[in-house]
Amino acid sequence: MTASLLAVFKRDLALAFRQRAELLQPMMFFVLVISLFPLGVGPGPEILQKIGPGVIWVAAILSSLLGMERLFRDDFQDGTLEQIMLSGASMPLVCVVKVAVHWLASIVPLILLSPLLGLFLNLTLEMYWALLATLLVGTPLLSLVGAVAVGLTVGLQKGGVLLALLLLPVFVPLLIFATAAVEAASLQISYSAHLGLIGAMLLFALALAPMAIAYALKVSQS
Amino acid sequence: MWKWLHPYAKSESTYRLCQTLLPWFSISAAITLISGLILGLMFAPADYQQGDSFRIIYIHVPSAITSMSAYAAMAVAALIGLVWQIRTAYMAMIAIAPVGAMMTFIALFTGAAWGKPMWGTWWVWDARLTSELVLLFLYLGVISLYKSFDDKIQAGKAAGVMSLVGVINLPIIHYSVEWWNTLHQGATISKFDKPSIAPEMFWPLMVNLLAAVLLIGAITLKRLQNELLRREIHRPWAVKTLLKEGKS
Repeated sequence: MTASLLAVFKRDLALAFRQRAELLQPMMFFVLVISLFPLGVGPGPEILQKIGPGVIWVAAILSSLLGMERLFRDDFQDGTLEQIMLSGASMPLVCVVKVAVHWLASIVPLILLSPLLGLFLNLTLEMYWALLATLLVGTPLLSLVGAVAVGLTVGLQKGGVLLALLLLPVFVPLLIFATAAVEAASLQISYSAHLGLIGAMLLFALALAPMAIAYALKVSQS
Repeated sequence: MWKWLHPYAKSESTYRLCQTLLPWFSISAAITLISGLILGLMFAPADYQQGDSFRIIYIHVPSAITSMSAYAAMAVAALIGLVWQIRTAYMAMIAIAPVGAMMTFIALFTGAAWGKPMWGTWWVWDARLTSELVLLFLYLGVISLYKSFDDKIQAGKAAGVMSLVGVINLPIIHYSVEWWNTLHQGATISKFDKPSIAPEMFWPLMVNLLAAVLLIGAITLKRLQNELLRREIHRPWAVKTLLKEGKS
């Protein structure tokens, strides 16, 4: 059991790092979207600081959506997914592993880039730490919930826009709590409550989403 | 315990059930809708503060309440379909979806029309308005997911999963936006022990609420019948039914 999960983990990680271009594109998108905002709303430091957390979070959601399609697409098309299903490995656990690898390979680089973007948008140090904390707790939630919709749309030809349509409304609470946490940090008040709520949503998703992803993949495979 | 459910897995018996229920729903919907609107628009007293413009409540509140209940009904149908593998439940789910989306749209539209004279603006990013808007997006997501599959059985399962994801999320969305921003007046009719609304205004509202429920029921039943016929058009019972109804 553990051996097969480890094998999936290693294989997915190796695959992800051999397709560097696909990994880099969402990152570039992330930086580009954020650098458009100062151009669009004006370079005033106060405005940028005010809209900064929201902009970074919206950009993170959008760029994670871009990379999300990769999660199951190749495995689905070349039949690997079917073989994994037939192998008798527990599908929900395999899904957790695949989502974890996806998070490591395509979301962690976005988080690593975020100090730079914090500088771009003139965030204070407190705001930056809060942003980092919300990104660390919130983005696994993005990947987990996103994977359900990816599993549902993987068999469709044009899943991209549909994926955004399905997922963006679902991400509303995350966006609200995350930006509220950063805003609280900018006022020097405690944001542990917001962070706790995001953590609760993450644990809840971790309990339910793997089953939903496995079922979604089964539906797509039929 | 669930034995009564199983006969309706057969599409023909579901069709017959809809056929029996439909006249009851449509006639009572027509009666309650007409009487509720007449009571509300002509006989209920004008509000001391909002004047006659408060009367839009008789459309706004029923559609807002039922838009959420329709989503719940859709999710229940999806759950029945997923758990007991009943195909007709998916059809019921997708029959409700556009009706619920329409109710959501009506609630948003009348809300905007009510907001203009009262708050001085068509739209504010208030908690209830936002969650209603998100609800509309969730409906549209489910519908468009269903439409993008060619295989309708697969489509039903996929849309079912999505509507369950949505229904788990709805309370979270609701409370998150509630804490985020609130301008909307508190609920006036859910406090049943002592509603903060005069009884002369309250009862027409209840009639209208009932009318909205019955109307959703009637439209859904008709849509479900159409869906059943469309999907089973190659079956003898469907052909027979169509021929018989065509003649009469």
